[in-house]
Amino acid sequence: MPERVNYWGIPHEWGPPEYYVYTIMFLAALIMLFRFYQRARIWWKVGRPEPRWDKLHIRLWKLIQYGIVQIKVLNERYPGIMHVAIAWSYFVFFLGTALATIHDHFFEFLYGNVLLAYKFVLDLFTIVFFVGAIMALIRRYLQKPKRLTLNADFTFSLVMIIMIVLGGLVTESLRLAFDQPEWAWASPAGWAVAQLWIVAGASDAALINWHLGVWTFHLLSVAITIITLPVGTLLHSLTGPLNCFFSELDKPTGKLSPIALDAKGNLVYVNKLSDLTWKQLLDGDACTECGRCQDACPAYAAGTPLNPKELILNIREALRSDAAPAMAGNAPLLVGEKIQADMLWACTTCGACVNVCPVMIEHVGAIVDMRRYLVIEGAVDAELQTALSNLSRYGNSFGKSDRMRARWSQEIQPAIKDAGREEVEYLWFVGDYASYSPTLTEITQKTARVFQQAGLDFGILYKGESHSGNDVRRAGEEGLFEMLVENNIKSFSGSKFKSIVTTDPHSYNTLKNEYPAFGDGDGEWNVMHYSELLDQLISTGKLQFNKKLGYKVTYHDPCYLGRYNGIFDAPRRVIEATGCEIVEMPRNRERGFCCGAGGGRIWMEEGKVTERPSESRIREAVGLDGVTQFVVACPKDVTMYSDAVKTTGQEANIVVKDLIELVYEAM
Amino acid sequence: MTHILVPVKLVPDLVEELQIAGSGNALDMTWLRLIISEFDDHAIEQAIILKERSGGEVTVIAPDQEGMDDVLFTAAAKGADRITKLSGDFGEGFNNHALARAFASAVEGLAPDLILTGVQGNNDLDGSVGPCLAEYLGMAYVGYVAGVSLEGGKAVIKKEYPGGLIAEMEVALPAVLGIQAAEQPPRYVAVSKVRQMMKETSIVEIDAGDLDPSGGLDVSRMYLPEAAERAEMLQGNEKEVAARLVEIFKEIGVI
Amino acid sequence: MNNDIYVVIEHLRGQVADISYIMLAAGRDLARETGGKLAAVLLGQNAQALAENLAADQVLYGENAALAEFTSDAYQQALAGLISENQPRAAFFGSTTIGTDVAGTLSARLNIPLVSSCSKISDGMIVSQICGGKIMAETKLADTTTLITMIPGGYKPEQGRGGPPEVKPVPVSVADLKVALNQYIEPEVADVDITKEKVLISIGRGIQTADNIELAQALADLLGGAVSASRPVVDQGWLPTSRMVGKSGQRVKPKLYLALGISGAPEHVEGMADAENIIAINIDPGAPLFDVAKYGVNVDLFDLIDPLIEAIEAAK
Repeated sequence: MPERVNYWGIPHEWGPPEYYVYTIMFLAALIMLFRFYQRARIWWKVGRPEPRWDKLHIRLWKLIQYGIVQIKVLNERYPGIMHVAIAWSYFVFFLGTALATIHDHFFEFLYGNVLLAYKFVLDLFTIVFFVGAIMALIRRYLQKPKRLTLNADFTFSLVMIIMIVLGGLVTESLRLAFDQPEWAWASPAGWAVAQLWIVAGASDAALINWHLGVWTFHLLSVAITIITLPVGTLLHSLTGPLNCFFSELDKPTGKLSPIALDAKGNLVYVNKLSDLTWKQLLDGDACTECGRCQDACPAYAAGTPLNPKELILNIREALRSDAAPAMAGNAPLLVGEKIQADMLWACTTCGACVNVCPVMIEHVGAIVDMRRYLVIEGAVDAELQTALSNLSRYGNSFGKSDRMRARWSQEIQPAIKDAGREEVEYLWFVGDYASYSPTLTEITQKTARVFQQAGLDFGILYKGESHSGNDVRRAGEEGLFEMLVENNIKSFSGSKFKSIVTTDPHSYNTLKNEYPAFGDGDGEWNVMHYSELLDQLISTGKLQFNKKLGYKVTYHDPCYLGRYNGIFDAPRRVIEATGCEIVEMPRNRERGFCCGAGGGRIWMEEGKVTERPSESRIREAVGLDGVTQFVVACPKDVTMYSDAVKTTGQEANIVVKDLIELVYEAM
Repeated sequence: MTHILVPVKLVPDLVEELQIAGSGNALDMTWLRLIISEFDDHAIEQAIILKERSGGEVTVIAPDQEGMDDVLFTAAAKGADRITKLSGDFGEGFNNHALARAFASAVEGLAPDLILTGVQGNNDLDGSVGPCLAEYLGMAYVGYVAGVSLEGGKAVIKKEYPGGLIAEMEVALPAVLGIQAAEQPPRYVAVSKVRQMMKETSIVEIDAGDLDPSGGLDVSRMYLPEAAERAEMLQGNEKEVAARLVEIFKEIGVI
Repeated sequence: MNNDIYVVIEHLRGQVADISYIMLAAGRDLARETGGKLAAVLLGQNAQALAENLAADQVLYGENAALAEFTSDAYQQALAGLISENQPRAAFFGSTTIGTDVAGTLSARLNIPLVSSCSKISDGMIVSQICGGKIMAETKLADTTTLITMIPGGYKPEQGRGGPPEVKPVPVSVADLKVALNQYIEPEVADVDITKEKVLISIGRGIQTADNIELAQALADLLGGAVSASRPVVDQGWLPTSRMVGKSGQRVKPKLYLALGISGAPEHVEGMADAENIIAINIDPGAPLFDVAKYGVNVDLFDLIDPLIEAIEAAK
């Protein structure tokens, strides 16, 4: 009858082994908790308050999904399998030890088949662990991917966790070699290793002595790992799940928070550690240095000063080196010191970093917060200054009169309704680029014609429309953003309409997610992107096509439509309805690779780049067999990618088309 | 402590299409957008630079035109210590001589050490404000200034001549300087800072009294210039235009 | 008040400025209307020789050590005396760093009217160009001495050359001067003298960033010319002042002036209007430079540069 012998082979001469084990473990845990407390208290002592204690049950679920099951880690195959092999194994080992403790002190149940099943599972995960560990060794010491931090701290952690499991396995194997029970098969890993000792003809005494030695080694290696956990790279095992627990719940990613107020009611401009919230400080400590954000970042790929991983680690470094003065109320400057302004300005706010981060760090929010500081200090480059001044004076970044906003519509017959004067069903929010950019005039006009052909009752605001403000907010000019929102809301309240439709994903994002916080709270408007509207019109038969275009195309998911707002399928359905075949680029849907214009970057000096993000994307598209058209659903994308096609010399191979051009052609 | 005064005014925004009023001898004000005169903006910047460098107080003073409040609050957000408005009828018959006289009477009480104003405004027809103001106050005037520093009771200035030549001159204070360019381009000030100024600061109002425009002239006629011979516009796509340009280059003998 | 027309001659370090000749041409037109003499007013020290080529009926020469170099208050005092004593019908000043320092103060001091930015005299009317060249205004001479500041464009300097005229010394006295000249500061020794180049590829705000200047340089290299710029580019520090074309920069007369992304503000046009062949490339169809240029292309300059470079290379 399989039975569990507590502390097998451990002598009782110097007292019950439990005393030593529990004392050592208790002390180790105490030290660990104390050291963890020392790190953690910096977050709430230095950081500003931020309420993240609501809906604990949903938070717990997030913890389980992302911290335990680790579904985001699994988004990449090799590192995903590698990590869960290690992490889940440890969860199982921890559970195993806990069950053994319960059995030892409270309720004996580990005997017979239950015990065998228990042993089998533990041994199985020992094998799983070693698979993961070998994958990790290969990755870290043979493959050496650039995005990883390859230093001694990580080596120490990997060595320790391997030593622990190895110690446990060898201990078990020595006991099995001694006991050789008939149910040894239930511990396949241990039994396999036991063969080594059996074949070597080890004596009973040798086995017992080695067992005690290795067991002690195992105990001590666990203790050391626990004690060093809060100051080593294994800290992420605590801070990572914590970060998932405290992650943003209700707020859509496309919605930024307004500038916070401090205890005295003053606006907080983030330029010191103590201006960040405790959650943002926790972000710094939760980072596992996996580098996925770095790999996903278009600004980094282009060779700009931005590296999202480095940004977060700079916060962490500040937490370590500046903690003491910070807690004394004297936090030194962050912006301009540990974090350089040009790193902050290089961000396109595409959200790829936030999207891929396995521990749910919120890079973009911190960047915008620090940009707000730079703006209030007036530290903006000349081009951005010009754009912001133009936006402030004329409501558009082009510096053209607001009266010229609808000049593109003069050719359209019948004349487009003025939504400020007549009631319409759809208010078409045209947007800056579609209105003023000479290269886009034709596309905007085609959009109007398509709407008319579909019999839509629509109108525009003419000069009542100002820039939506999405990228103004992301550039850090919150005051100007508020002003633009006020202007637009004033125009909206002077008109009657059922829905707002816009061709610009940036406008879509802010109108849908951020505008409702302003205004009188009459409720949100129904905001649609034109791809959603077209999709609706097609499926209800209001828009019919006379031709099947038959092109082989690829579709680029705009950041603010796809990744931020989850609209992937509507544009694809529209493309397919025109009779085109879609071939997906490797980086599609949430993995779409930003064109580089967002976050106000289109208004800033380009600086030195190795390869523009838009050029990299065109190369990705041209690599698809037989694809002749690059379809986009955002006016800035049209501009950025048309330029990129020219600068990469691909005019003969691929042409950039806006979604509406396909629709127009197929009608 | 040096007191620097910056008189500014608004001028038509040339981004808009300008039209002539029905009277035929003035601009149509109904569609006009007024913005701060570019050189006045530089004057404000130069004043703030001087304040940051050598200390002092900056007062910005302006006539009460539509949109002037925003300009004054922006100046305050940049660092101006006092913002002042002249209330009066700045409509018909208002010219730079009248404005200069109004400034002069307001300045009496302010005792500035240095007055910085834009060297010109785009709609100047009876001269610029600076020289007249200097004369009414009995101060010296130097224009086209692109650099100022204060030493002793004097201003050491850099005056621009054509061809990049600079004349370094000394001017006894108090004096009026016509600013061509500040030592650095006008700084950016965030909208929220301006809005904060609107809450915290108030504009001091001084009554300008009756305006005396003598020194100006009656304009007989104002009109839009005839579209003179316009360039021959080359048509076609980029390759075609490039080819045509190469032909032209050959014709003129450059290739 | 008599019917004479005065023209205040501008000179710097031994050279009479072109604007002086232009004013003489305008002054001649006005003198014909009023029936008076055209008198050039020349102030300086040992500067009589500068009167040589002035196409005036008479040169009123005021000699004084304090007038050796131009300073605003010295000139102002000298002219105030001269004008209030002689009461000419009108007096021309350049709309320049010299003329505008003096004309405005005189107008206030003597309480006589001033008309700015005159580009020509037409049927006895003073025609001015204001608001960036977008508005024309016509004014009549007043009943008192009228001061006029003049901008180039309506006359060619040759029209004001002639002489030698009769030089009449006039007494001028200045006192209690508040402005003193310390020194002249020469611009940095330029690697390139754009006034001597036959081909200028000139860039404006439309070039957007310093990195793009190499595109213009490539064109300049191909055509054997140099890169020049309008003021905004120089203000940003992307090119030295020696490359600036315009009122505060250089005046150039190349065989080819290819302007990329320059709108054509009057201050810039002043510096290049005399170029033989002006070609303007600008994305804004309303750019004023199109009214000055011989050829124009309404296109995004970045779309045109590469095809143009290719086409030139192919042709060579």
